[in-house]
Amino acid sequence: MSRTLNVGIVVFPGSNCDRDVAYVTSEILRWPTQLLWHEETNLSDYDLIVLPGGFSFGDYLRCGAIARFSPIMAAVKDHAAAGKWVLGICNGFQILTEAKLLPGALVRNQHLHFICDRVYLRLEAKERPWLQAYGDKTVIRLPIAHGEGCYYADVATLAELEANRQILFRYADAQGNVTPDSNPNGSLNNIAGICNPAGNVLGMMPHPERAADPALSHSPSDHTLDGLQLFKSLLNAAVG
Amino acid sequence: MAQFQARVFVTLRPSVLDPAGVAVQAGIHHLGYTNVQSVRIGKVVELNLEARDRATAEAQLTQIADQLLANPVIETFRIEVQELAAAAG
Repeated sequence: MSRTLNVGIVVFPGSNCDRDVAYVTSEILRWPTQLLWHEETNLSDYDLIVLPGGFSFGDYLRCGAIARFSPIMAAVKDHAAAGKWVLGICNGFQILTEAKLLPGALVRNQHLHFICDRVYLRLEAKERPWLQAYGDKTVIRLPIAHGEGCYYADVATLAELEANRQILFRYADAQGNVTPDSNPNGSLNNIAGICNPAGNVLGMMPHPERAADPALSHSPSDHTLDGLQLFKSLLNAAVG
Repeated sequence: MAQFQARVFVTLRPSVLDPAGVAVQAGIHHLGYTNVQSVRIGKVVELNLEARDRATAEAQLTQIADQLLANPVIETFRIEVQELAAAAG
C-alpha cells in the first residue's frame, strides 16, 4: 500500500507560495510532487491538488477573479467532482470561492491592514479527514499573511455551513475561545477555513505549509509543526 | 455592426462592510465636511465593443459583469451603454 500522495501544485502567474508547499510535500514528506503551470489540463495523476498562496494575476479586479478562468480550473473542478482532494491556501481559498467550489467570498480586512502574524485557530468538525492527524488537539497556531481575508457569506449560507459542519478552522485565543478580539480580519463567525459539503475541498486563509519544517521546531508543543499535521491527515484518510 | 461605449458600475452590496469607504469618510470629516454621512467605494469599468444592436450589447455586458466584473456574492452592478456615431465611411 502506498504511503504517499501524488501532489500537484498549481502555479498561476503571481503565485508565490507554490515552492513552499512543494518543499513540504516533496522534501519533508517525500511525496511525489509536481508544479503545474496554470495552462495544464490533465490532472489524472494526482490525489491532491493545491492552489497556493500569492497574488494570482496581480489580484486585479478581485483576488482570484481572473485565476478562475485559467485553463487548469476546469480540470480542478472535475478533480473535485471526482471526490479527490483540493486544498486552497490563502489566495487559493480566494480562487476556490470565485470558482464557486466553495461558498462565500473573501473581502478586505475589516481594519484595512495587511496582516502578517501567527494566530490561534480552534479546530472544528474534527471528524473531517483534514483534521484526522491532530489527535486530541483542539487549538493550533498557524501563520497568516493577507489583506483580503475577511470571510463573508449571506445569513443562509452561514447557517448552512454551520449545520453541515463545513467550518474547519475558527480564529480563537490560545485557550480556544472564539472571541471578537481573536478575530484578525473581521471574518463572519471567525471563519478561517471551510470545506465543501462532501469534505474533499478545503479553503483556508492560514498557511499550513509555513508551520511544517522540523528543522524550525523546538518541541512538539510549540505549534511549529501544526501545519504538517494537515497534510499528514490526508494520508491517513487516503490510505487508512 | 455598431460601436458602443459602456460603463459598468460595480458596488458592494449594502450588507457587506466597506472598511475603505469608512476610512475615506473619516478623511472627509477631517477635511471639515462633517455632514457627509456615508461613503461607499466601488469600481467603474469602461468598455468599448462592437455589436449588432444595443440589446445584444447589453446582453453581453450583463453576462461579462455577472461572470467576471462583479462577484454577485458581495457586489451588484449597473450598466450604461451609449452608441457611438458610426465612423465616416
